[in-house]
Amino acid sequence: MTTLSLHAPAKNLLKTRELGIVLALALLIAYTAIDNPRFLSGQSIRDNLLNTAILAVMATGQAVVVITRNIDLSVGSVLGISAFTVATMMSANPGLPMIVALLAGLAVGAVAGLVNGVLVRFGKVPALVVTLGTLYIYRGITYSWAGGSQVNADELPRHFLTFANDNLLGIPWLVLIALIVVGTGSLMMRNYRVGRELYAMGSSPAAAELAGIKVARNLLGAFVLSGALAGLAGVLYAARFGTVDAAAGNGMELNVVAAVVVGGVAVFGGSGSVWGAALGALLLTVIGSALAVLDINQFWQQAIVGALIILAICADRLVAVRIARSLRKRDAHV
Amino acid sequence: MAEANARPQKADAHNDPPQTNDPLPQANDEAKVANDPLPGASGQPQEASDRPREASDRPRKTAANTQLARLEVHDVSKSFGAVAAVQGVSFPLYPGEAHALVGENGAGKSTIVKMLAGVHRPDTGTLRVDGADVDFAGPADAKAAGIAVIYQEPTLFPDLSVAENIAMGNQPLTKLRQIDRKEMHANAERLFRRLGVPLDPTRPARGLSIADQQLVEIAKALSSEARVLIMDEPTAALSAVEVERLFAVVRSLRDEGAAIMFISHRFEEITALCERVTIMRDGKHVATEMVADLSVDDMIRRMVGRDLSALFPKQDVEPGAVVLEVEGLSREGVFKDISFSVRAGEIVALAGLVGAGRSEVMQAVFGVDPYDSGVVKVHGRRLKKGEPRAAMAAGMALVPEDRRQQGLVMDLSIERNVTLPRARKLARLGLLFGGSERAAAETWTRKLQTKLGRLSDAVGTLSGGNQQKVVLAKWLATGPKLLIVDEPTRGIDVGTKAEVHRLMSSLAADGLAVVMVSSELPEVLGMADRIVVLREGRVAAQLTRAEATEESVMYAAMGQEVAA
Amino acid sequence: MSDTLQKSSDIDLDKRPENGRATAIKSRLTSWDSIILVLTVLVLIVASFSVENFGTSRNFTFMVLDLLPIILIALPMTMIIVTGEIDLSVASTLGLTSSMMGWLWNQGLSIETIIPLCVVIGAICGVVNGFLITGLGLPSLAVTIGTLALYRGLAFVVLGDGAVADFPWNYTGWVTGTIGGGAVPNVLILIVVLALIFGIVQHATPFGRSLYAIGANAQAAHFSGIRVARTKFWLYVVSGAVAGLVGVLWTLRYSSARADNGSGLELAVVAAVLLGGVSIFGGKGSLPGVLAGVVLLTALQNALRLEDVSGQALNIVTGSLLVLSVLLPNITTAVRGNYHRRRLRQAASR
Repeated sequence: MTTLSLHAPAKNLLKTRELGIVLALALLIAYTAIDNPRFLSGQSIRDNLLNTAILAVMATGQAVVVITRNIDLSVGSVLGISAFTVATMMSANPGLPMIVALLAGLAVGAVAGLVNGVLVRFGKVPALVVTLGTLYIYRGITYSWAGGSQVNADELPRHFLTFANDNLLGIPWLVLIALIVVGTGSLMMRNYRVGRELYAMGSSPAAAELAGIKVARNLLGAFVLSGALAGLAGVLYAARFGTVDAAAGNGMELNVVAAVVVGGVAVFGGSGSVWGAALGALLLTVIGSALAVLDINQFWQQAIVGALIILAICADRLVAVRIARSLRKRDAHV
Repeated sequence: MAEANARPQKADAHNDPPQTNDPLPQANDEAKVANDPLPGASGQPQEASDRPREASDRPRKTAANTQLARLEVHDVSKSFGAVAAVQGVSFPLYPGEAHALVGENGAGKSTIVKMLAGVHRPDTGTLRVDGADVDFAGPADAKAAGIAVIYQEPTLFPDLSVAENIAMGNQPLTKLRQIDRKEMHANAERLFRRLGVPLDPTRPARGLSIADQQLVEIAKALSSEARVLIMDEPTAALSAVEVERLFAVVRSLRDEGAAIMFISHRFEEITALCERVTIMRDGKHVATEMVADLSVDDMIRRMVGRDLSALFPKQDVEPGAVVLEVEGLSREGVFKDISFSVRAGEIVALAGLVGAGRSEVMQAVFGVDPYDSGVVKVHGRRLKKGEPRAAMAAGMALVPEDRRQQGLVMDLSIERNVTLPRARKLARLGLLFGGSERAAAETWTRKLQTKLGRLSDAVGTLSGGNQQKVVLAKWLATGPKLLIVDEPTRGIDVGTKAEVHRLMSSLAADGLAVVMVSSELPEVLGMADRIVVLREGRVAAQLTRAEATEESVMYAAMGQEVAA
Repeated sequence: MSDTLQKSSDIDLDKRPENGRATAIKSRLTSWDSIILVLTVLVLIVASFSVENFGTSRNFTFMVLDLLPIILIALPMTMIIVTGEIDLSVASTLGLTSSMMGWLWNQGLSIETIIPLCVVIGAICGVVNGFLITGLGLPSLAVTIGTLALYRGLAFVVLGDGAVADFPWNYTGWVTGTIGGGAVPNVLILIVVLALIFGIVQHATPFGRSLYAIGANAQAAHFSGIRVARTKFWLYVVSGAVAGLVGVLWTLRYSSARADNGSGLELAVVAAVLLGGVSIFGGKGSLPGVLAGVVLLTALQNALRLEDVSGQALNIVTGSLLVLSVLLPNITTAVRGNYHRRRLRQAASR
C-alpha cells in the first residue's frame, strides 16, 4: 500500500488544473479590488455573474462535446437562431409564460444539435467540418428569415425582459439557471455512467466501441445537449439584451471554445471538467470587467484572452509531462 | 492461485527452459510458428512432460462433449473487399472447456475473434449461443451475451483510472444511480489481489507498461463474469510468472463452467491450458482435435499445409571492412552502454526478449530516436545523432519493426511509398515529374517480385508479404551500405519469408552490411554470422555462429533467472 | 547486387495497365475535386447567361478582388491541412498587419518600407504559431484559436477602433486597377503567380510529397527521413507571411487600415479548402480542387448579390456544400458496401 502514498503527488497535480483557475481568479479579483474597492460591490459582482451566465451555459455543452473528442462550432449560430425565434414568438404572443420561451429555445437548439450529431455519427463527417458547415447554415437561415429586421425591446412582453433581472432569494434567474446547468452537467459527467462513458469515448474512441459503449446514443446526446444549451443561451440572451437581430451571438463560438480550453478541457478529449469550463467562462468575463475597472485600455482584453488560452494549454502540457514523469518513477519503484 | 499450488509440477514444467520450444516470448508474432522447424530435441520432451497431465484432465473433457455448446461458430464466412478472410468455418466451444485456436498470420483467427466480439458481422453463416442463433449488432450485444474478449492490443482508456477502466459499463451504483467509487475501487483491488498484481486502482491507465495494460484487460474480462472468455494472444507481453498466474485464474473460470477460447503461438501454453484445438489455414477450418492427440509437429504441419524445408540459406562470405561501429550507446531507462560493430558482407543479429531494447537501439542508431551518450560511426565517420537524414546520407537504411505505423504510409500509393526517402534525388531542378518516380518504383517492385495491381494503388491494399517487399524496395532503392532490418519476416507468409531470407543473404554476399533484429530464434540462428544478445537494455553476450545454439542464446537473453 | 535480384521478373504487371488506366480515370472523374471543378464551371456558365451584369468585365474585376484574400490565404492553408494541422489565426494576422500598416504609416515611414515590414510581421506571427505547435508540441487547433484572439487583440491595441486611410493613391490604385485599364485586374497576376508557385511546390516537389506523407502517417514520414517538425514550422511561417501580404492588399484595396479587417475570414478560408476536397485529417487533397472551391464560393456570392439576394443567405449554400463535400463520398462508399454485402448474402442463400 506504499504505492498509494507514492501516487499522491500525481493526483495532486491533476487537481491543480481547476485550482489554477481559481487561484488566477482570486489574484485578479484581489488586485483589482485593492485598486478599486467598488469592484467588489454588489452591483459589480452581479454584473459579472450575469455576464458569465450565458457563456457558462454554452461552455457546459461545449465541454461535454469536447470531452468526447469532438467540437461544436455552431453554438454561436444556434444561439442566434434560438434568440430570434423566441423573440419573434414572444413579441407575437406576449401572453406566453417565460417557461414556454425557455422550452422553445431548448427545443430549437436540440434540433440543431441533433442535426450536427447525426451528420457526425451517421454521415461520418468530422465534427469540425459539420459544425463549421452548420455554423454557416444556421446563421444563413436566421438571416434569410430575419433579413435586416430586428426585434426591439419595446415589442417584447415585460415579464420576458425583466426575467434577466428578477431574483429568487436574491439570486438573479439567469445566474440560477447557469448554476443549475453547470451543477447538473458536472454531476452527470463525474458521477453517472453516461458521463464516464463520454470521457471514455474521448479518451479512446476505438476502445469505446470495443467496450460496447453505446457510442451513437451518447454522441447524439452530447451534440443535442450542446445545441439545447446554446438554444437556452439564446433565450437568456434575448431576455438580457432585449434587442435581437440576425447577428445575435455572431462569433460567440470562439469565446465558448476559449472558455472551455482555459478551463482545462483537453481539445483531444478525455479529460477536463464541466465546472472547470464554467470557471474558464467566469475568468474570461472577470478579466473583461477588471480591465474596465483598472482603467486599462479595453482593447487589451482580447489579446489577454488569447494569451490566456495559450498559457492554459502550455500549463496542461506541463502538467501532463510531470504526471507522466512521476508515474514512470513510481513504476520504477514497483 | 490455489489451482497452481495444487499442481506444482505444472508450474515447474512451464518455467523449465529446455522444455519450452519457443524461448523468446514476443508480441504479435504469428508467422514465427510456421518457421519453427522444431528440432526433435526441443519438441519431444515437451510432449512427454505434458501428456500425463493432460490425461488427468480428460474426464472433464469427455463430459463437456456431450453438453450443448456454449458458443458455436457455424459455417461462417467474412470478406473484406475482395479478400475472403474467413470461409465456411465451424467449431463449437463447450462450457468448462479451454479451446485453442491456432493458425498462421492471416489464417483468419482475428476475424473470428472480431465476429464473436460483435465488431464484425458474418457475411454468411451464423453464431449460436446456447444453441440459439444470435446476431450481434455491436460489441454491446456480444457483451450482453456473456462474451468477454481480451484483444492482442490492449484497449484501455488512458485518461481514466485503472478501476474505471475495469468497471466501464457495469460500475457499481448507489441508490441514486450514481457511481459508487469506493465499491468500484474495492472491486478492482479484489481483482488485482486475485491476479496477484500490485497495481493502484486510482492511477490513470496512461503510462502503464504493456504487461500491466494486459493485466488490466484481464481484470476487466474477469469483472464481467463472462460465460465465454476469448483471449487473443494475451500472454505475448507477460513474464512466465504472470502467465502462470493468469492460467491459474483462467483454469478456475473454466472449472466454474466458462468456455475459454485461447489464441497463442506458444505451443507449451496451448498444451498447458487447453483440451482442444481448432486449426485454421487461409481462412478455412482445417481440423478440430484433442490437444493430447496431436504432437506439436502435427499442429504446425497442418497450420502451414506444407513441409518445412531449410529456410535460412545464409551463404558464407568473407567479411570486409568495418561499416558500422556503435560505442557505449546509452539512453536513460531504455538501453545502456551498447557496443558492437558490423562489417561488410556480415549479417549481425540482435536477439533478446521483447522489451530488451533491440529495436530501440537500432532506432537510435538510425536517428529516429534520440540517445544520451555514446558514438555511432559509419565507415569511421561519426554520425550526427537524432538525424535520420544524416544516417541515410551515410548509406544507412532501416526497415522498421512496425510496417503499418513506421514502414509505410498506408494511404499513399505504392510508387510514392517506394520513392519517399529519395524523392530529392529523383527530382530534376527540384521538380518531380510523374515519370521518374514511376520508373524507379517499377524497377524496384519488379526486382523484388512484388505482386501488385497498379503502382498508383494505395499500398494498404497489398497483402502483408507484399507490403514488406515494398518497404524493402523503398530502402534498397536508396542504395544502402548498411541495412537494418527489424523483424523482417513478421506477419508474412512462408513463401515470401523464404524470399526475404534469400534476398538478405544475397545482399550480404554483394558486400552489404546487415543488422537484423529478430525474435525468431531459428531465423537468428540460420541467418546471422554473429549474434548480439541484449538483456534489459544491455549487451548480455556476443556469440559467433559456431557458439550460437538455441540454449546459449536463450540463456544469455534470460540471464540467471532461468537457471534458478 | 541488382543482378542477384533480377532473376525472374515475370510478374503480371504488364497484363493490367489497360484495365488499370480505365479505373484510374473513373476514380479521377468521381473524385470530389473533379466534381467541384465541374460544378464551378457550370455555375460560371449558368450565371453569365442568366444573371444580368455577371459576365461584364467590371464585375469580373470585382470578383477577382473579392477572391483575392481567400485564395491567397488558402494556398498555404491547403498545405497545412494536408499535413493534418490547421491555422485559424490567419485572419487575425491579416488584421494585425493591417493595423501595423496604419500605425507605421502614421509614424511617417515610407510605404516602400512598410509593405515588406508587414509581410515580416505576418511571418513573425507564423513563427510564434510554429514554435508553439512544433517546438512545444501543442495541438494546432487550440494554439491558433489562442493566437486568433491574441493577434486580433494586439491589432486593436495598436490602432484602437480608428482607421488610417490616407495611403498613397498609386498603391491603392494599383490594387483595384486593371492591366492597361482593360478587364484583367492587376492583382490577378499576383494570384496566378503565387498559385503556380504553391501548386508546383505542393504537387511536383519532394517537399510537396513529404506533406502528404506527414499528413497520412507522421511516424512513417519520420522513419523515411522527413523532418516533420521543421516542415510544419515553415508552413506556419509561410502562412503568416502570406496573411501579412493579404493584410497589406486588403488595406490598400479599401484604402483603410483597421483592426477588424478580415474578421472571420479564417472560417471562410477553411471552408473553401475543405470544400475543395482536402481532408481535415490530412494526407489528401489537391490545390486545383481548392482553387475551384474558392472560385465557386465567390462566384455564387457575386451572382446572388447581383440578383439582390442577401449575401448572408449564401451562408446556407456555403455550409451545405461544405458538409456535402465530405458526406457524399461517405454515402457512396457506404451504399457500395451494402450492395456488396447483399450480393454476398444472396449468393450464399442460393
